Amino acid sequence: MLRTRVIPCLLLQGSGLVKTVRFKSPTYVGDPVNTVRIFNDKEVDELILLDIDASRKQRPPNFQLISEIASECFMPLSYGGGVSNIEQIGQLFRLGVEKVSLNTAAFSNPKLVREASSRYGNQSITVTIDVKKGLFGKPGAYYYGGTKKSGYTPLDAARKMEDLGAGELLVNSIDRDGTFSGYDLDTLAGISSSVEIPVIALGGAARIEHFSEAITQGHADAVAAGSMFVFHGKHRAVLISYPSINELEKALT
Amino acid sequence: MIVVVEYGMGNLGSILNMLKKVGAEAKSSSRAEDILSADKLILPGVGSFDHGMEHLNNLNLIEPLNQAANEQGKPILGICLGAQLLTQGSEEGKLPGLGWFDATTVRIKAAPLKVPHMGWNIAQPLKPSVLFQDLPDPARFYFVHSYRMVCDSPVDRLCHTPYGMEFTSGIERDNLAGLQFHPEKSHKFGIILMRNFAERFGNA
Repeated sequence: MLRTRVIPCLLLQGSGLVKTVRFKSPTYVGDPVNTVRIFNDKEVDELILLDIDASRKQRPPNFQLISEIASECFMPLSYGGGVSNIEQIGQLFRLGVEKVSLNTAAFSNPKLVREASSRYGNQSITVTIDVKKGLFGKPGAYYYGGTKKSGYTPLDAARKMEDLGAGELLVNSIDRDGTFSGYDLDTLAGISSSVEIPVIALGGAARIEHFSEAITQGHADAVAAGSMFVFHGKHRAVLISYPSINELEKALT
Repeated sequence: MIVVVEYGMGNLGSILNMLKKVGAEAKSSSRAEDILSADKLILPGVGSFDHGMEHLNNLNLIEPLNQAANEQGKPILGICLGAQLLTQGSEEGKLPGLGWFDATTVRIKAAPLKVPHMGWNIAQPLKPSVLFQDLPDPARFYFVHSYRMVCDSPVDRLCHTPYGMEFTSGIERDNLAGLQFHPEKSHKFGIILMRNFAERFGNA
């Protein structure tokens, strides 16, 4: 049977991989091409690669590096970061990227979501919704590297992006990013029960049990994690890991 | 030389990356003469059925593809939409497919399971095929699709996959094969299968 997808999410800054805490204080974790090779050997379900600087620095995707990564990547690869027009999306697909993830462009230029999904099929267009709680605990949807409020609640943003043609939503909790405190189950459950398209949970995972929670309580269709797959132990030593297929099958089917 | 047919429908990059990985000489092309002179062909594809047939038609590739498949007996592998285009037609569209198989393409109805069927699932072979040679059992592949193939003649069924029901996830007859999943994105399983296509399939 189909098992829930478990997806390492790697953050690119310049030419290195980093990991953040609440979208801040990036720690260098390694060389992207080497790291992808290790994840290849571990036969991960998919990979998500997000360039966290590109949009904020108004820089296009680093096609040269993405091409190197894609040619090493024998699993589905999603790329996000700095994508602002349909030509760049086409270029990413030609390099061997399967899915393009839009965030800043999806909120600042929503018609790109519609254009891209009608041209390339909605299964290839993901929208990332970065969620942060406001002063009074009300969650909002953010863009531009988590620095700009979209004005939408996460649920309204999710519905809007589904209407525009997004094929999948990556729901990322800024508050839980890098904190190992488990997923934002309420936000996930709210979104998953109101959209038809698959929802990927991101932000906060520390253990396989968190994956199970995201699925049973958050009703997520897939789970992603960053820190959990790149750090080891309480001193956060860099160590690339991924659960074995047996562990995943036991916990997730 | 394996020619990957380029008709504006999706991810040639990952197929070419995979063919390079298995050591096969390959290129992408939308030219009839390349299709007719290739040793083997791959018809990839992501997108909607009619869109795919329209693109093949606009590039005048339907005739050369028919010639390669039927007169030249060239080994041809369709992947995902490229496999569905080998059937007579699809519920997704109005245009006829290439029609090389007595099969049709229908919408997946697997409620309460979600559509598209997206993720890793097993493909169980239903008959001996060089494509599945040396593959571990079970062999796992990456799927992403909302439509599936239905064969009129059960002998054309190459493999099936459980999703609410056992659906046909691969078809094969003589020099022609189609896979619903993405071998180019399926780790060692895909590497073995693509190597089998490059080195063994149709090499009578």
